[in-house]
Amino acid sequence: MADIATHDTDHATDHGHHSSTGLSNNKLAMWLFLGSECLLFGGLISTYMLYRGRVQNGPHPSQIYDIPFTSVSSFVLLMSSLTMVLAVSSAQRKDDAKTNLWLVITALLGATFIGGQVYEFTTFYREGLGFTTSLFGSSFYALTGFHGVHVSIGVIMLLSLMGIIKKGKITGDKAEVVELIGLYWHFVDIVWIIIFTLVYLIPS
Amino acid sequence: MATNELPISSSQSLGAVRRPVNTKGWREWLFTVDHKKLGIMYGCVAFTFFIVGGIEALFIRLQLALPDGRILSADKYNQMFTMHATTMIFLFAMPMAAAFANYFLPLQIGARDVAFPRLNALSFWLFLSGGLILNASWFLGGAADGGWFMYAPNSGPVFSPSNGVDFWVLGLQIAGIASLIGSINLIVTVLNMRAPGMTLMKMPVFTWMILVVQFLLVFSLPVITVALVLLMFQRSYGATFFDVSQGADPLLWQHLFWIFGHPEVYVLILPAFGIISEVLPTFSRKPLFGYPFVVFSGASIGLVGFGVWAHHMFASGLGPVSVAVFSMATMAIAIPTGVKIFNWLLTMWGGKIWYSAAMKFAIGLVVLFTIGGLSGVTHAVAPSDTQQTDTYYIVAHFHYVLFGGMVFGLFSGFYYWWPKVFGKMLNEKLGTWNFWFMVIGMNLTFGPMHILGLQGQPRRMYVWTEARAGEGFFNLGFWNMVSSIGSFILAVGVLFFIINVIKTTRNKERAPLDPWDARTLEWLTTSPPKVHNFDRIPVVHHLDEFFHRKYVEDETTHVMTQVAKGEDLVRAEEAAADADIHMPGASYWPLLLSIGVAVLGMGIIYGTPIMVVGALVVLFSSFGWVLEPSVPEPIDFDSPSHDGHTKEIASLG
Repeated sequence: MADIATHDTDHATDHGHHSSTGLSNNKLAMWLFLGSECLLFGGLISTYMLYRGRVQNGPHPSQIYDIPFTSVSSFVLLMSSLTMVLAVSSAQRKDDAKTNLWLVITALLGATFIGGQVYEFTTFYREGLGFTTSLFGSSFYALTGFHGVHVSIGVIMLLSLMGIIKKGKITGDKAEVVELIGLYWHFVDIVWIIIFTLVYLIPS
Repeated sequence: MATNELPISSSQSLGAVRRPVNTKGWREWLFTVDHKKLGIMYGCVAFTFFIVGGIEALFIRLQLALPDGRILSADKYNQMFTMHATTMIFLFAMPMAAAFANYFLPLQIGARDVAFPRLNALSFWLFLSGGLILNASWFLGGAADGGWFMYAPNSGPVFSPSNGVDFWVLGLQIAGIASLIGSINLIVTVLNMRAPGMTLMKMPVFTWMILVVQFLLVFSLPVITVALVLLMFQRSYGATFFDVSQGADPLLWQHLFWIFGHPEVYVLILPAFGIISEVLPTFSRKPLFGYPFVVFSGASIGLVGFGVWAHHMFASGLGPVSVAVFSMATMAIAIPTGVKIFNWLLTMWGGKIWYSAAMKFAIGLVVLFTIGGLSGVTHAVAPSDTQQTDTYYIVAHFHYVLFGGMVFGLFSGFYYWWPKVFGKMLNEKLGTWNFWFMVIGMNLTFGPMHILGLQGQPRRMYVWTEARAGEGFFNLGFWNMVSSIGSFILAVGVLFFIINVIKTTRNKERAPLDPWDARTLEWLTTSPPKVHNFDRIPVVHHLDEFFHRKYVEDETTHVMTQVAKGEDLVRAEEAAADADIHMPGASYWPLLLSIGVAVLGMGIIYGTPIMVVGALVVLFSSFGWVLEPSVPEPIDFDSPSHDGHTKEIASLG
C-alpha cells in the first residue's frame, strides 16, 4: 500500500492494489462517459424522430436519401470496428508494428466514412436541404453532424495515439489506452447502426 | 505504471512550459490538483455567487414590497428573477455541494485524492468560466430574461432578441461539462478507491447521497445539453427547432428541459440530506436509525426522480393518461422521502441531543423541508396543480424545499465541518443568531407566498396594483410587505454567518481534533488534513469506523464504553505513517484548457476568429495534458534528491 498513487494513469493492478470494481479508473470513467453519451444521442434521436416528417419547405426525406450509398459508407464504418478489435488485440500482445498498422487502417476507414458524409451533405445541400430549410433539415444535420464530429474526434485520437506511441511518450499502460479509444470507437459505431436504421431505413 | 519507460515531463513533451511543481502563494492555488484546495475554491466561489443571487432576490422583494414598484423596469425585473434562479441553482447550490463532495468524499472513504485530480481541477475552472460568462451578460447588453427554465420558443431569437440568452446558453453548457466531468470523477472515486474493508454498506451516508447525485448528473446533464445545443443552433445559426411557424412542437423544449430539470431537483437536495444524516447522529449521540433505509430511500428517490418530469407540465395539455401516470409517480416519490424524515426523527428519539449550531440547522431542515414536501404533494394532484401553476404558491413550495431544505443543510455542514477544514471552530453564539434570523426570515419571506399564491398572485409579474389587492386577511399588499421584510431579516441572518467567518478567521485558538465526538473517517486525521489526507490508509471494519475505534460495546449489556480519544487515534496513525507517498502534481493544463473552452464559447457570440483561437488553445492544452504524467517525475524538479525521491514528496512527511 505504501506507494499508492491516486492519479489519472494509475493502473491499479500494476501496483498490486486492486480497485474495488476490478476495472481500472480509466476504464470505469470511459464506461460512465459512454453511458452519458447514450442520453446525448437519445435526445438528438428523439428530436429527429419527432421532426422527420415535418417538411414545409425543401425536399422530403424520401426524395433525397441515397440508401445504397449510405449502406456502403455504413459498411465501411462497421469494418473499422473489426480493425479496431485487431488493433486492441495486437496491443495486448505488445506487437507494436501490427498495432500501428491496424490503427492506421481504422483511422482510414473512419476518414472514409467522414468523406462519405461530407459528400452526402454537399449533395443534399445542392438538392435544396439546408440546415435552416425545415425542421427535418435542422434535426437531420444536427443528429448526423453530431455523430460525424464524434467519428472525427475518434480519428484524431487514433492518429495522435499512433504519434505518441511512435515517440515512446505514452503515459501509462499502452494496451489499455488503445482499448479505451476502442471502446469509444465501438460506441460511435453502434450509435451509427441505430441512426442508420431509424433515419434512413424506416420510411417516414 | 511501467517503470522501465523513459521518464517524461511536460517540459520535454511540449517544449514550451515547465511543470509547476513546488509552487508557493497564489500559484499554489491556481495550478493545484489537490481535492481539498479545490473544495475550498469551489466553496468560496459558490458562496460569492450566493451573495450575488441573494442581492438579486432582495431587488425582487424591494420591487414587490409596495404597489406599482419602480425600483426595476419590467425588463430588468425579468433579468433579475432569471439570474436569481440560475445563479442560486447552477452557481451556488450545485458547486457548493461539489465543494463538500470534493473535500469530504475522499476523506470519508479513506482515499488520498479523487480518481482524476487534474480533471477535478478542470471541473472547477470550467464551472468558474461558465459562471463568469453567465454573469458577464449583465455588462454586455443585458442578462437572460426567460426564466431559469428558458422555455422555447419564448427564448428564441424572435421573442428574446438580446444576447443575454446566448450568454446563458453558453454559460450553462460550460458549467454542464464541468458537472459531467466532476460526476464521472466522483463515481469512479467512490466505486474504485474506498479504503480496504469499506463495503458499499459501510460507506457514510453523505458519500452515498453524493454517489446517487453523481449518477443523476451523468444521465440528466446530456439531456439539457441537447436542449441547449438546439437552442444555440437556432439563435446563432438559424436552425428551426423551436420555430412554430415551421411546425415545431413547443413542448419539445419543455420535455428535454424537465427530463433534466426534475432529477436536478434531487441533485440539489440529496447532498443536504447526506450532510444532515451525518450531523443528526453525531449530535444525538446515536447511530443513524435505519441506515439501509436511508441509503436505499435516497437511491430510490434518485431512480423515481427520472420518471416524474412531466408534473412540471400538467398545465400544458399532455392528455389524461400522461397526467395520471406522472401524478401517481410524483406521489410515490413522497414515500422514500417520508422514510428519510422518519429515520431522522427516530435518530433523534431518545438521544442525548446537543443543540449546536450544526444541529439546529439540521433540525431546521427536517421541519422546513417537511412543510415544503407537503405542499409538494399538493402539486402532485393534477387538478389542484393546474390551479397553482405559475402562482406564488409554487414559489413558496420550492423555496421551502430548497432554502429550508438545501440551504439549511449546507449551513449545517458549514458549522459541522468548519473545524475540519480550517482547524478553527465557528462561534456557536453567532451561529445561534445566524440560525434564528434565518429561520424567522425564511418563514416570513416564503410563508406568506402560500397565501399570495392561493389568492392568485402570478409568478414573474413585476408590479401589482392596490386596486386589485383585495381586503382583510387576504390583502396582497400586507403579505407582500411581510415577505419583503422577511427577506431582509434573512439577509441579516446570512450577514451573521459572514461576521462569524471573519471573527473565526481572526481567532488564534485551534479547534480540538475531534470537537463533536464524530463518527466517520474524515476525523481520523489532522485538522486541516495533510496534503496526503491519511498517514496510513485506514482499514475499515464497521459502519462509523472512527466511532467504533473510540468506543467498544459490551456484549451483554450493550453499553458503549470509551476506550480511546480521537486525538490518540490520530497520533497513532501519525506514528505508523507510510513511507513514500506519491501525490499527483500541480498542472497548468486544467486552467489553460478551461480558458480555451471559454474563449471557444465566446466565439459563438463574437465571431469565428475568436472561436479559432479558442479551439487552438483547447487543442494545445489537450495534447499537453495527455503527454503529462499525472505524478511528477524526478526530472520535473530542479534537483532531485539522491534516493530518487523529490522535494515535494519529502516535504509531505
